[in-house]
Amino acid sequence: MDSDVITKRLQDIFQDVMDVEVELSPELSAKDIAEWDSLAHVRLIVTIERAFKVKFAAAEVSALKNVGDLVALIERHASPR
Amino acid sequence: MSTDLYRDLKWLPPPPTDWSDRLRSLNSSAETFVADLRRMANFGLDLNQLTRLARTVARARSGGQSLEPLIPLRVGLIGHGTLDLLAPALVGTGLRHGFLLEVIVGAYDQLLQPVLAPESPLRSNHLDVVILSLDWRSLPLSCAPGDADVGASAVDSAMRLINQTLDGIRTNLGATAIVPTLAAPAESLFGGLERSLPGARRWLLDRLNLEIAQRVYDGTEVLLDVAALGETVGLGNWHDQRQWNLAKLPFAEAFVPLYADHVGRTLAAMRGRSRRVLVLDLDNTLWGGVIGDDGLAGIVLGQGDASGEAYLSVQRMALDLRNRGVVLAVCSKNTDEIAREVFRSHPEMLLKEQHIAVFQANWKDKATNLQAIAAELSLGIDSLVFLDDNPAERGLIRAELPQVAVPEIGTDPADYARTLAAAGYFDLISYSEEDRKRAEFYDMNARRAALRAESGDIEGYLASLEMELTLSPFDVTGRARIVQLINKSNQFNLTTRRYTAADVERMQDDPRYFALQARLTDVYGDNGMISVVICCATDESTWEVDTWLMSCRVLGRGVEQMMLRELLESARAEGIRTLIGRYLPTERNALVKDHYADLGFTLLERKADGETVWSLGTSASCKNVPITVTRKGFTEPRTGKSGKTLEDA
Repeated sequence: MDSDVITKRLQDIFQDVMDVEVELSPELSAKDIAEWDSLAHVRLIVTIERAFKVKFAAAEVSALKNVGDLVALIERHASPR
Repeated sequence: MSTDLYRDLKWLPPPPTDWSDRLRSLNSSAETFVADLRRMANFGLDLNQLTRLARTVARARSGGQSLEPLIPLRVGLIGHGTLDLLAPALVGTGLRHGFLLEVIVGAYDQLLQPVLAPESPLRSNHLDVVILSLDWRSLPLSCAPGDADVGASAVDSAMRLINQTLDGIRTNLGATAIVPTLAAPAESLFGGLERSLPGARRWLLDRLNLEIAQRVYDGTEVLLDVAALGETVGLGNWHDQRQWNLAKLPFAEAFVPLYADHVGRTLAAMRGRSRRVLVLDLDNTLWGGVIGDDGLAGIVLGQGDASGEAYLSVQRMALDLRNRGVVLAVCSKNTDEIAREVFRSHPEMLLKEQHIAVFQANWKDKATNLQAIAAELSLGIDSLVFLDDNPAERGLIRAELPQVAVPEIGTDPADYARTLAAAGYFDLISYSEEDRKRAEFYDMNARRAALRAESGDIEGYLASLEMELTLSPFDVTGRARIVQLINKSNQFNLTTRRYTAADVERMQDDPRYFALQARLTDVYGDNGMISVVICCATDESTWEVDTWLMSCRVLGRGVEQMMLRELLESARAEGIRTLIGRYLPTERNALVKDHYADLGFTLLERKADGETVWSLGTSASCKNVPITVTRKGFTEPRTGKSGKTLEDA
């Protein structure tokens, strides 16, 4: 799956989970969005897993620093090997 | 199917794709705001949607909005795991059950501390209810496989902690506690032995759950059977190790809406708001087929047939509920005697007339009938649950009487009983002899309730159905169904004339006949061919209606008016000045004795045997009905016997 497609879908997911309309850039992180607290983060991860039909390992989730990492992580899981 | 039913709350309609936009556009200062909010909650919402709904409520509250008549309730949530995600889910779900919840979450993973410590925010919050969350991993419940004594004392010490917490909630917080049972882990250490080996984990949890249930039965607390919830969806689904690892979520996030709905029902039951009446449709709900058309021998019910068994299961569930104290009523579009006859004489019927408190079988709309049922029982309209296989009827009741619970039961009768049970409308938190006998108290022997004047916006509802009627002349494609309708229809059939396929083919090609087949679609789908009308020219200016029949499933929607309009237009185009209609009474078609009167025809003659003859001038105008009519397959211009064409008329 192409990273632009992923980012577009992520846009909708952010709206669904946090009720915000944000322009997602790779450097964007939790500190930039007030609604992106730890609880929202949990719902975000779970919603992403369901939407893209993927499962992340705990280590992968804790290594995430920003939206760019998130997109890359999804891309790794969603692309056929 | 099974897990989806519970996970997605499938007895509720799925949220429409524009649900978020609709929520955003709600006006919090509008008079209808609370009703709108409740309507938004009445879908199978996921955690994200429930959270947004909760945020809307929070904004309205901070804006000083009055949210009457929602019942305000302050709820504390304490115990094991991350409970913060549950709070907004409870608030959003609370709307569905009529509550305005304020949820305060206790300190992380603490049971006693929030309850006992004087500075705990829970104590100053004047809570009405405290919900406990218990996880087997966090209780002092150590396994001692093979050692019954150590096992028993492990259960005791866990129960002691729970009891202390419950006592603290009652004494220090003055609140009612909702206590859960514990969902056992999906992993077994011993396999099947684990349940019978003293001191093994499953053995311990079984005993602990029994003790919790006993404590609740003896005391003032209320049970939330989380163990049962876990078993129902499958312990392997209920527990999500990864989500526990990630954020100590006590159970899979996917089941938060289900958990919240069970809490909502429990709170409703605590306030005496459990539903009390199950109103049943008849055709295709309690048996397969339409009794008025198929007759006693033709309806599907009973042993030896998969479909018949499915309908029996619906009756069995209704009977079980009645034996438990739920009142049963019938609301069906049928002739009263014909409907009752099934209860009296069909050998496979489990339900009999004496089980039904109020029996409404007539041709009036169901909203009026449900109101009459509630009034007859002296119960509020919000005590009713309405079971009907027809999505159009369900939609009407949801629009006209939103306080009535109308489960989405799907299209397979094998699912009806389980879906109804899954919704938990009748859940109780206590049960007395009086509760058991309640249905008998309403022993009205299938009374018929008087109908009040029809009110409500049926017209508006009909318009929302987006009905499209497609009218065509007889053709080869429709022939089989035309012949079937002609020979099968008994109730909405003015003359009950039976024709063979050869007859129908002859009529199609004979210019003396003007025949129509009608198909109806609406938002719920394609109803297929639902009406057949055949006119015959008896002289150069008169058409007589030889056959007029319609499927009862689309009664009361205005289809007859549109058919008449088409007849008049076509008649005028051929220089016809008069339409003659005839009603030939039979045992089954009393339904249509006023059909021509209702359409504005004048009575010409009433014969000794009950036959009536009617006439209408073709210049008559027709009532407007919210149906879009499409004409298909007509070759213009048609010429009548007189040779007049459209241009000449």
